[in-house]
Amino acid sequence: MPKGKDTALMSWKEVPFGCYILEPGNSVKFKTGDWRSFRPVLDKEKCIKCGQCYIMCPEPAYEQDEEGYYIVNLTYCKGCGICASVCPKGAITMVIEEV
Amino acid sequence: MGKRIAKEVSIAVAEAVKQCRVDVIAAYPITPQTHIVEHLSELVANGELDAEYITVESEHSAISACLGSVATGARTFTSTSAQGLALMHEILFITSALRLPVVMVVANRALSAPISIWNDHADIMAQRDVGWIQTFAENGQEAVDLVYHAFRVAEDRRVMFPAIVNIDGFTLSHMIEPIELPDQEQVDQYLPPFKPRYKLDPRKPISIGPVGIPEIYTEAKKAQDEAFKNAYRVIIKAWDEFEKIFGRRYRPVETYRMEDAEVALLIMGSLAETAMTAVDRMREAGKKVGLVRIRLWRPFPLRDFVRAVKGVKMLAVVDRALSPGATGGPVAVEVRSALYQVPGRPRVVSFIAGLGGRDVTVEDFEEMADKAYFYLKKKPKESYEMIGVKE
Ligand code: SF4
Ligand code: SF4
Repeated sequence: MPKGKDTALMSWKEVPFGCYILEPGNSVKFKTGDWRSFRPVLDKEKCIKCGQCYIMCPEPAYEQDEEGYYIVNLTYCKGCGICASVCPKGAITMVIEEV
Repeated sequence: MGKRIAKEVSIAVAEAVKQCRVDVIAAYPITPQTHIVEHLSELVANGELDAEYITVESEHSAISACLGSVATGARTFTSTSAQGLALMHEILFITSALRLPVVMVVANRALSAPISIWNDHADIMAQRDVGWIQTFAENGQEAVDLVYHAFRVAEDRRVMFPAIVNIDGFTLSHMIEPIELPDQEQVDQYLPPFKPRYKLDPRKPISIGPVGIPEIYTEAKKAQDEAFKNAYRVIIKAWDEFEKIFGRRYRPVETYRMEDAEVALLIMGSLAETAMTAVDRMREAGKKVGLVRIRLWRPFPLRDFVRAVKGVKMLAVVDRALSPGATGGPVAVEVRSALYQVPGRPRVVSFIAGLGGRDVTVEDFEEMADKAYFYLKKKPKESYEMIGVKE
C-alpha cells in the first residue's frame, strides 16, 4: 500500500485494491530516517571500502561516493546499527541523535 | 443442453471444474474430498484437461500455491475437507484480503477428535470469518451448478473474492445421482475467461501483501468488507444469468411449504431433502410446518432470510456443528442475531444434529418440529439442545 505522509490520512475509499502497491519502488517515499535514535558515523581513516555496510544495510541507506567510500543517506538510515556491527574495521560508530 | 446421466457427485464436480477451464489445481487428498481431486488429476494426466496439477505436501501448501497461482491471473481450483480445511485456515484470510478468487469445494466433514471421517459442518463453521463467499449445496446437480457460479462470481471484477462451495461429505460427495452436465459452449457462454483487475506480471510490477500499519489497517478492512457485501448483488445477478442459460433457478434462501407456516425448520446442505419429507408428513397431519434452507451463507443474505421467515412463530434451527459453550449452534446464533432487530420476529430454538456422520432421520426432524411447537408454550431450559444423544 502507499506509504509515506498520506497513509495516516487515507480514507477507506482511497485504499488501493487489496492494499496492493501499484507503483513499483515507491518505498523510496517512505522516510525511515524518522525512526532513528542513533546515527552511524564513519571514520574514513579506518575504512577499507569493503562495502559490508552497504551490503548489509536493510534499507538500503548507503551510497558510494567518487572516492569509493560508502556514505549514509540519513533520509533512510533508521539507526539499526547493523552497519556498525558488521564493519570489519570498526570504522562506524553509532552516535546518539540529539533532539 | 447436456445429457442427464447418473454420476457420482464428486466426479461430476471434477467434470464441472474441467468445463470451467481451470489453469491450475493444487490439492492434497483427504477423505471425503478425494474423488474430486483424484478425478481431476486423472483428467490432467490423460491430457483431457490442459492444466497444471500441483501436488503438495499439505493443505497449507495447497492453498498457498493456489493463492500465488491466482495472483498471476490463472484460474485456480482446490478442494479439501475437515482437518485439511483447518490447516488452510491461516491462508484463507490472506486469500480473501488480497482479493484472490480461488474456488474451493469443501466436502464437509467432522473435525477430530475423536477421529471422524464422516459428515457434519464443523469444518466450515470454523471458517466463518475468513471472508470467502460460501454456499451450501443440497444435491448433486446443485453442487455442480454452484461450481460454475462460484467461478463466475469470484472472478467478477466487481467481486474478486475467493469462494467455497460446500457439499456434504459422503451423503453428497459419494452419492450417485442423475446430474446434467451442460454443454461446453454453455459453460463458456456463462463463464468468460479470467481477467483479473491486477496480476503479478514482471512487465508491470506490483507488490501484493505489504504490511498495514495501524493507521491504515482499519481502512483496509473497511474497504474489504464493503466490497464483500457488494458481492451480494453480483451473486444474485450471476444466478439470474445462470437461469437464462441453464434453466435452473437459484436464490440465496429457499423455502418449502412456508405459506402459513407456524413452525419452520432451518437447515443448510443436503439434509434439507430429508427435512422436506418430514415437512410433508407433518403437513398431512395438519401441522403448519415449513422449511427454510440457506444456500448463501456468506455474505449472509439478511433481507432474503427475514422475508423467508416472515409470519413464522418458531424457527427450529438445525445446526450440523457444535460451538461449545456458545448460546446456540453457529447458524442459530447467526439467525438469532439477524432477527433481533426485526419487529414481530419469530422465536428461535437451536438444535444440534447429525454430528460426525450420525443420521438425521425424518422422525428426528418431526421430533424437532414438535419440540419447537412445545417451546412456543414453554421456554426451553437450555439455549441449545443436542438431538439423538443416547442418555
Ligand atoms: S544504522 Fe542501519 S539503517 Fe542506518 S545505515 Fe546502518 S545499517 Fe543502514
Ligand atoms: S564495512 Fe566498514 S570498512 Fe567496510 S566499507 Fe563499510 S565502513 Fe568501510
